[in-house]
Amino acid sequence: MRQLFFLFFVFALKSGFSQFQVQGKVLEFNEKGKTIPIANANVYWLSSTIGTTTDFDGKFSTPYQKNIRQLVVSSVGYRSDTIPVNRPNLGNIVLYPNVVLDEVVVEKEVAPIQKSLFKVQNVVSVDSREMLKAACCNLSESFETNPAVDVNVSDAVLGAKQIQMLGLNSPYLMFTQENMPSIRGASQVFGLSFIPGSWIESIQITKGAGSVLNGFESISGHINSELVKPLTDKRFFLNFYANNFERYEFNTRLNHNITDDLGVGLYIHANLRNGYIDNNDDSFYDTPLARQINFMNRWQFMDPESGWVSYANIQYLSDTKELGQTDFNIDGDKLTTNAWGSEIETSRLDISAKTGYVFPDLPYQSFGFQTAYSAHDQNSFYGLNQYDINHRSFYSNLIFNSIIGSTQHKFKTGVSLTYDGFEENVNNTPFTRYDNSLGAFFEYTYDSLEGLSFVAGLRADRHNNLGTFITPRLHLRYSLWDKASFRASFGRGIRGANIFAENQQLFASSRQIVIDGTNGNYYGLQPEKAWNYGVSFIQKLYLWNRVLEFSMDYYRTQFDEQVVVDWENAREIAFYNLEGESFSNSVQVDLNYEILQDLHLRTTYKYFDVATEYRSGTFEKPLQPNYRFFVNLSYETLKIAEKQWRFDVTGNWLGRQRLPNTNANPEEFQLAEWSTSYNLFNAQITRVLSNKFEVYVGGENIGNFTQPDPILSSSDPFGTYFDSTILYGPVLESLYYVGFRFKI
Amino acid sequence: MKTTLITCIALFFMAIGHSQDKNKTVSFEVKGNCGMCKTRIEKAAVKLKGVKFATWNSETKLFEAIIDERKVTIPNIQKRIAEVGHDSEGFTAPDSVYNKLPDCCKYRDPSTIHMDHGNHNQ
Repeated sequence: MRQLFFLFFVFALKSGFSQFQVQGKVLEFNEKGKTIPIANANVYWLSSTIGTTTDFDGKFSTPYQKNIRQLVVSSVGYRSDTIPVNRPNLGNIVLYPNVVLDEVVVEKEVAPIQKSLFKVQNVVSVDSREMLKAACCNLSESFETNPAVDVNVSDAVLGAKQIQMLGLNSPYLMFTQENMPSIRGASQVFGLSFIPGSWIESIQITKGAGSVLNGFESISGHINSELVKPLTDKRFFLNFYANNFERYEFNTRLNHNITDDLGVGLYIHANLRNGYIDNNDDSFYDTPLARQINFMNRWQFMDPESGWVSYANIQYLSDTKELGQTDFNIDGDKLTTNAWGSEIETSRLDISAKTGYVFPDLPYQSFGFQTAYSAHDQNSFYGLNQYDINHRSFYSNLIFNSIIGSTQHKFKTGVSLTYDGFEENVNNTPFTRYDNSLGAFFEYTYDSLEGLSFVAGLRADRHNNLGTFITPRLHLRYSLWDKASFRASFGRGIRGANIFAENQQLFASSRQIVIDGTNGNYYGLQPEKAWNYGVSFIQKLYLWNRVLEFSMDYYRTQFDEQVVVDWENAREIAFYNLEGESFSNSVQVDLNYEILQDLHLRTTYKYFDVATEYRSGTFEKPLQPNYRFFVNLSYETLKIAEKQWRFDVTGNWLGRQRLPNTNANPEEFQLAEWSTSYNLFNAQITRVLSNKFEVYVGGENIGNFTQPDPILSSSDPFGTYFDSTILYGPVLESLYYVGFRFKI
Repeated sequence: MKTTLITCIALFFMAIGHSQDKNKTVSFEVKGNCGMCKTRIEKAAVKLKGVKFATWNSETKLFEAIIDERKVTIPNIQKRIAEVGHDSEGFTAPDSVYNKLPDCCKYRDPSTIHMDHGNHNQ
């Protein structure tokens, strides 16, 4: 054997006088984390028989093969490694024991944010590791390191985080939890804060028109969150978080497998925001005082042999927020002009179940049934304004999956039945509405297996307030060349706007509410209808042997009918039906690259052009940055003896935002036409001490940017000019936090 | 007479229905190495009329399919798989096709299984 290598060596020397020797040393970590050499490891050039073995000190030397340039290092009992050869001395090469795929191995292989090349829809998948980067605390905060979605704060008093996609507010997005609609109707403003981050296993963000399976409401996109599953989750999880503004979060999950097929989970979340913070001295709290207790009991049944899978969940939450002026005392000052204060009390019950059956002999054929009930009660007052909403919702969906001829042609079809009852009380004016709909859908998926695939869906619904209508949606994907895909989509969405629930911040102002309806079914207003279409391109490639991912997309949403929310008169907020054009154009460009081993860079640039024809003229959408630039850098050290460091830094640059017209105000309460542009930085360090225990520290808004005077006329909150709704930047100063996670 | 004829026809179809299954699960061994091979084998099979579902396991080398026996037979599938480069019992891929397979898929050389199969199964 040695002679053979010698012959090769001679041959190699003869074949090119520029040949030189590539050297290196092969090592492993011992139990103490120290390196020791591996003798007799195989070192050979990729897809060739040219190679050598290491000596007793782990050292090797082999002639350079300029046509191959990749060296494979392997040894029995270790995982092989393929190394790009870009220098004569490769230094130390560490091999890892070839154990059964453990968690660590999987974590290394799949990126925490995945943009698929192969799915028909433009989907970004985010797993729980990515959500750890935000460290706190619920679904609304899970998107801060994710450029597909923008996080905005509703106003300077409520401080509710809301998200946007394609330049459209969250009501135009469809949220689902395990593919059943959630965060809609009454929970539109605060709903994201009702799903604790540590309960979430993964999130899938689909841009553009969604699927017809989950209904007709989605316009700009679909966000689905999957919760952890009792049968596969850790047995026990505990997390505690605290920050310098006295926000405390507590999360625990307990799972028990009753049999191999049946698991039960008990998840508890509690948070307390106890900081009396008014650093900008405007007499208003910079962040609300809050208490939440959130509880879920979850059952999972899974029997792969019989083909049955079932889940049942019950969730209850109680949430109280106090906000407003710091000297407000709820016992004596409620609904008086002594001080401006607000309290929002919410209780919510969710019960859901789903069951699925896969035909054991026909793996492509299955049916599923989902059903959910929720009862949402919010009682609140904002200064002298009172707002109560009670929302009961029922949802059920039956889906059948199969094929036509072969798995090249798949289809899903089914029926859905929904009911929503709203009872609202707006300053003692009651509004009651009942929505019910019955719908049927059919979705066909074609895969040519040669690069073309598409999903064409159609649903027909009969709705008591929206009438009978058809919703078409189409997604298409085409492989252009190696690791490149082109996608296109279009679709239609229709919905009735819950104007108060979706714009609750209006109550924290002295604006008059004007509803100028035309005998429509929604507060006198007509439903909203829009078309969404878009194209996207993605290319993945190896650059210097590391993955580079480039993607670009363009989406346009065109409203046929819309409920215009008009903030352009500083004295009022007006709702009326669109009488002209309204659209949103958005362009997003992403570039992701692993700059150095385990150092990942993600950059995103987004451009928005969102405009509506108001009664006073056509303007850009207020409080919408015209561009956003996002950079995220993350670095993980190698995991040695269960120990690891993780570093993460995120920067956000936001372009100028148009501010609503305030010319009707006296000069001191007038604002410029445009806000300034600004940037935000977040950073986090995690120290993994063992597979069971990790601690983290981090900071948000490290640059300490805050909006000057976020509340207009804050000294006279019962006067005509009081307005907290024009918020374009953070109110809260730099925030620092610590926390730990313990899991078995 | 008429009834007899109908009965005969009915019996005939019942006999067919009995011997020829619309959703028959079949399995046989197919040679191959990696995820790239898997895609190639499954694609070739499922594109045949009558093959409803096809899967190949790179560990066990077992090919499984659900077929409509009235439209396709096991030898049909084996022949088609051999035409794209993969041997199975009684069907050998032509050398001209086999030689064009990517290096890591050249399963006839036992050492290729140890090659780097990268992200081919993506």
